[in-house]
Amino acid sequence: MRIHSTVAVLPNDNIDTDQIIPARFLKTISKDGLGDQLFCDWRYEADGSPKADFVLNTPAAKASQVLLAGDNFGCGSSREHAPWALTQYGFQAVLSTSYADIFKQNSLKNRLLPIVMPKDIHASLFVALAENPALQVTVDLPTQTLSWPGGPSMSFPIDAFAKDCLLEGVDEIGYVLKQDAAITAFEAQRPISLNTLA
Amino acid sequence: MPSNKPRTIIEKVWDSHMVAEKEGAPAVLFIDLHLVHEVTSPQAFSGLRARGVKVRRPDLTFATVDHSTPTTPRHLPIIDQIAATQVAQLETNATEFGIPYFGFQNVNQGIVHVIGPEQGLTQPGMTVVCGDSHTATHGAFGALAFGIGTSEVEMVLATQCLLQRPSKTFEVKVEGSLKPGVSAKDIILALCAKIGIGGGTGCVFEFTGSAIRALSMEERMTVCNMAIEAGARAGLIAPDEKTYEYVKGRKFAPQGEAWDKALAYWKTLPTDEGATYDYTTTIDADTLEPMITFGTNPGMGMAITASVPNPADSADPLERESLRKALVYMNLEAGQAIAGQKIDVVFIGSCTNSRLTDLRAAASVLKGRKVSPSVRVMVVPGSQEIKRQAEAEGLDKIFRDAGAEWREAGCSMCIAMNGDQLSPGQYSVSTSNRNFEGRQGKGGRTFLASPLTAAASAVMGVVTDVRSL
Repeated sequence: MRIHSTVAVLPNDNIDTDQIIPARFLKTISKDGLGDQLFCDWRYEADGSPKADFVLNTPAAKASQVLLAGDNFGCGSSREHAPWALTQYGFQAVLSTSYADIFKQNSLKNRLLPIVMPKDIHASLFVALAENPALQVTVDLPTQTLSWPGGPSMSFPIDAFAKDCLLEGVDEIGYVLKQDAAITAFEAQRPISLNTLA
Repeated sequence: MPSNKPRTIIEKVWDSHMVAEKEGAPAVLFIDLHLVHEVTSPQAFSGLRARGVKVRRPDLTFATVDHSTPTTPRHLPIIDQIAATQVAQLETNATEFGIPYFGFQNVNQGIVHVIGPEQGLTQPGMTVVCGDSHTATHGAFGALAFGIGTSEVEMVLATQCLLQRPSKTFEVKVEGSLKPGVSAKDIILALCAKIGIGGGTGCVFEFTGSAIRALSMEERMTVCNMAIEAGARAGLIAPDEKTYEYVKGRKFAPQGEAWDKALAYWKTLPTDEGATYDYTTTIDADTLEPMITFGTNPGMGMAITASVPNPADSADPLERESLRKALVYMNLEAGQAIAGQKIDVVFIGSCTNSRLTDLRAAASVLKGRKVSPSVRVMVVPGSQEIKRQAEAEGLDKIFRDAGAEWREAGCSMCIAMNGDQLSPGQYSVSTSNRNFEGRQGKGGRTFLASPLTAAASAVMGVVTDVRSL
């Protein structure tokens, strides 16, 4: 998994999942069709027309596979609709200094890389992009590196298991299903039980 | 298994649910209770069908509808066809996969985090998950309870297990005693304001201290409910006599010999003497004041007597910009008092504050008073059972006589998916858990506060310190 792309910039801290995809769009029973609703309340006028000055409505952002945002991206709810909407728009990686725990897990399960950057390098990328909005960054998952011309090359942390799953295409549910014997053994000795079906 | 090393309750519950642990891979953690609702589960059931897999443990799974459901009288149909389809889909899924289900018309329907404890499904020492970030609520019973995404919902349905890395442990020590007008909600809002919305990321909170011990079970649920708003995936409180007393006799609680065995086990759960935490913070209950948020995340909160902070005082440029944007969205001025701010709506409800004691608190303020004619006040009980109990006590009459709406159970205006919502520009004082932009309706502006503060504000039509009434 290697991404070479321009960067869409949302310079806000604490971007919550209600901004990424407002709750009124969660009434769907499908995973599809969420890309147009990404950042809906920041992106469209009251009449539904796109706000020309919002970053995701620019041709440059539409071609970007990387989103740069402020600290604690994806805080709030557990809705997996957030990474579904981000990937359906076209993003494959988010760059921030930290992520909310549930969002991070949900992203990894949807081939959206939540890349954690040290604060100083994160700040320097904002500066570099202000000087050259067409700057392209390179994200390389096998080597866990993020780089851009004239910038530092940095390595980013990622859960080793999640990385393997992404690179090898491991299905996590299939992986746990294969541990049926261990689960059965655990169930046989567990100390408490509910009786909801009684 | 660990030897004699003192452990926190968080580590004890974790250790006792470990199914398998392989070098380099996350632990396979067994889940005792999986709560399911209509919004985050349909795609997971579709995934099961695509795999040709059954629900492994329907007896440890429980479903209800709460988010998309209207709070209008139950004989009326669900007018929103998209919501009606989603509600019907859960019923289809529960029937097909054999999952116990409280449907829209069930007399015990309610918010998933309210009915779990109410039915005795939630018990100490359990692992509890739900496709909902406020699952932390169940931590009030000494359960390790956290929200999961839809892929994880599918995994738990298929395997009754979750792949997890252990979290850091974070003790939140609350000592002293709350003064009149100050409540459990103020404790958790104070924590959010102190450590920030990301302050607990990667952690599980254990709430300890004399002020926590003094709380009722319902108040403890309020505290744990908002652990996620301070960034922690879970927050819990060690069980004690209050916990056992609450659980005993409930529908799905252990009975007879099973109760005695369970009780003996639960008593081993509290954190051992000498156990250590990765992080610790303290909150002084004695000096705590009623809290309220002024901005667009739950960490942007302060005492109701304080003034709106000035973004210019913040050193970090992104933080300064976030604060500036929040004040623009909220249309508030730096330095202005929050008390006296005009409001349009008061919402009393949500998995944070919709239980009987919350309704009693609000009713104690509204009794013999009228809500301001300029304010719409919605009271939404957390479950149909709470609604019946409140009506048996005459609380509904107090609310109606005061001019408030008394509605059917559900998430309602906390998440504004069901038609209960603010109009653009409106202000609410809300007992819910999130004040994000548009959370209660596009363009709506939310002040989070306790039921006491919400009720006092309803009477005055402006943000009001209940102690000033």
